[in-house]
Amino acid sequence: MGITQVLFWFLSILAILGAILVVISKNPVHSVLWLIVVFVAISGHYILLDAQFLAIVNLIVYAGAIMVLFLFVFMLMNLNAETEPQKNRWLKIAGVVAGGSLLLVLVAALKQADLKTKIAEMNRGDIGLIHNLGLTLFQDYVVPFEISSVLFLSAMVGVVVIGKKE
Amino acid sequence: MHPLLLAMDWVFLIEKAVLILIIISVSLLIAMYETYAERKVAAFMQDRRGPNRAGPFGLLQPLADGMKLFMKEEIIPNSSSRFLFVLGPGLAMLTAMMTSAVVPWSSHFHLFGRDVDLQIADVNIGILYIFGVVSMGVYGIMIGGWASNNKFSLLAAIRGASQIISYELAMGLSIIALLMITGTLSLGQIVHQQMEGHYYVLLQPLGFLIFLICAFAECNRTPFDLSEAENELNFGYHQEYSSMKLGFYLFAEYINMFISSAVMSTLYFGGYDIPFVNDAALGASIGQNPLAALQFLSLFIKIAIFIFFFMWVRWTIPRFRYDQLMNLGWKVLIPLALINMVATGFIVLLKANHWHF
Amino acid sequence: MQPLTNRAKSVDRKPMTMWEKMYLPAIAKGMSITFGHMFKRKPTVNYPEKTRPFSPVFRGLHVLNRDEEGRERCTACGLCAVACPAEAITMEGAERLPGEENLYREEKYAAKYEINMLRCIFCGLCEEACPKDAIYLSETFAPANYTRKGFIYGKDSLLIPNPVTHPEEYAKAKGQHQ
Repeated sequence: MGITQVLFWFLSILAILGAILVVISKNPVHSVLWLIVVFVAISGHYILLDAQFLAIVNLIVYAGAIMVLFLFVFMLMNLNAETEPQKNRWLKIAGVVAGGSLLLVLVAALKQADLKTKIAEMNRGDIGLIHNLGLTLFQDYVVPFEISSVLFLSAMVGVVVIGKKE
Repeated sequence: MHPLLLAMDWVFLIEKAVLILIIISVSLLIAMYETYAERKVAAFMQDRRGPNRAGPFGLLQPLADGMKLFMKEEIIPNSSSRFLFVLGPGLAMLTAMMTSAVVPWSSHFHLFGRDVDLQIADVNIGILYIFGVVSMGVYGIMIGGWASNNKFSLLAAIRGASQIISYELAMGLSIIALLMITGTLSLGQIVHQQMEGHYYVLLQPLGFLIFLICAFAECNRTPFDLSEAENELNFGYHQEYSSMKLGFYLFAEYINMFISSAVMSTLYFGGYDIPFVNDAALGASIGQNPLAALQFLSLFIKIAIFIFFFMWVRWTIPRFRYDQLMNLGWKVLIPLALINMVATGFIVLLKANHWHF
Repeated sequence: MQPLTNRAKSVDRKPMTMWEKMYLPAIAKGMSITFGHMFKRKPTVNYPEKTRPFSPVFRGLHVLNRDEEGRERCTACGLCAVACPAEAITMEGAERLPGEENLYREEKYAAKYEINMLRCIFCGLCEEACPKDAIYLSETFAPANYTRKGFIYGKDSLLIPNPVTHPEEYAKAKGQHQ
């Protein structure tokens, strides 16, 4: 096993372990912290795939900003086991069905996918480098990129409108 | 042994490990003496003498302070979440130290027949790496504040974290304007470009100013030290901390200050370039190793000037109120940075087009 | 209301002008002031190494004096204890035995002489009451101790060193203005 593979297995185990702990943690703040661990592990995977830009942006945006907002909300709401209301049994069943369907879809998609040719090449690819990524974004995908930016802008306007309401 | 392990460049690994060790111990040492310098600068600006009892000129004062912090009783609040309570200061320290990995401290030394770069990792996304690590630094504050199980600590932690996030935006925007000029994210290459051309502070004065202000906010230094306002805001997120855990939080601030000074020198003031001297010509006459030492010294003088500036501001300017802080961040700095970005982009495009529309 | 002094300044509550809102000019001004202070003379005195000069009327800790031949002047008359407003002084007299003429000047001397420095208000009335010039307030001050008991000074700490055998210590304890 080369050092890359050691890292790959370490990060994978960390990510899966973190993800499981996100679900089973009793305390929502602990869940968020485990989610941050998952994000860090996934950023490590991006680095292994030579997608350094994605790795860092994942860290800055998801782990650094969005998760902080999650933490704000959870910390201020002071959620814990005692205040949590007893959930409806039908709600639980609906949750299981929905989660199971998502899993089914994911498994089906993975089975359909052509893994042999699309497999990411570790330590060799250069798609994720900032130069190539920029060229791809602003040449091939410029219209979706701009549309998504308009989406963000409208979301921001919406936030301001909601915030201004007395 | 496995052939892949054999194939690894062991000398390279050892070289980097030694370099990491040196840089970490140097930053710790610098942070130690920053506390001394802080007290001396404060004293001189207030017509006092400052610490002068421990050793000659009080030079052993940081050791005495550290000893005191180690000897203090460690109190972990009963109802705190213990693991996170310990994790908080550790995280603050870790993120403070990690930033130093991409800063080029000097050009290379020629030792034992190898060129030893004085940069731990010249990654092609150096600046983004710094941003990523800094954004993780928020968790040291948040976790510490929450784990204390004290509502004042929690409020202060949220106050501090939202301050850091707000100012990160303006900082990023001011950096984007710089990156349009450099065309690279690698700190090593940015220094090389400045060695050949102008220092980027001349091309980006407004960007530098915004970056400087944001660096103050990111380091939790006065005038933005609301997250640790001892007297009027109840000491902030480390209220429940004692002993060396408190010391770690305070220490992390000083390391952050050192690293952000290094980043500012690198981005805007030519990094390890010796000003007014053609480094390559100097290197040809005195040899590579003395040149690298001189360049290291040059960077350190720049860093020291910045650190002095940090302290100078601290002992001059009172704290902002929280609404003033947020107004400055969102309503002044971000629009300014955006204007700077657009103007820079316009000029860069114009220049690429040979000044024709 | 009539102002007590003419130093009152009315507070200006006008909104900040554009120039003031930029903060930077004001910050630069403040920073130039603090920078200027870096080079000002520092009024601090490095205390144990250097001391400030005492005024001639300074009243510090008490000293029981000796005469030129090194004999104790105190005769345990008790006038100082009577004069003391804080009742800090206690003493016990004793008769001089033959052969002790080189120790005590008069036939009666203080076998025990105690001043409670926690009670003492350093008024100097004992000094004025003494008919024999035996007690006076020196220039030493700032006594420090771990216990209250330690502040009750006996003869061993009050008595001035012998001018004949220890002239240097004597001069030091005597101070400059006596």
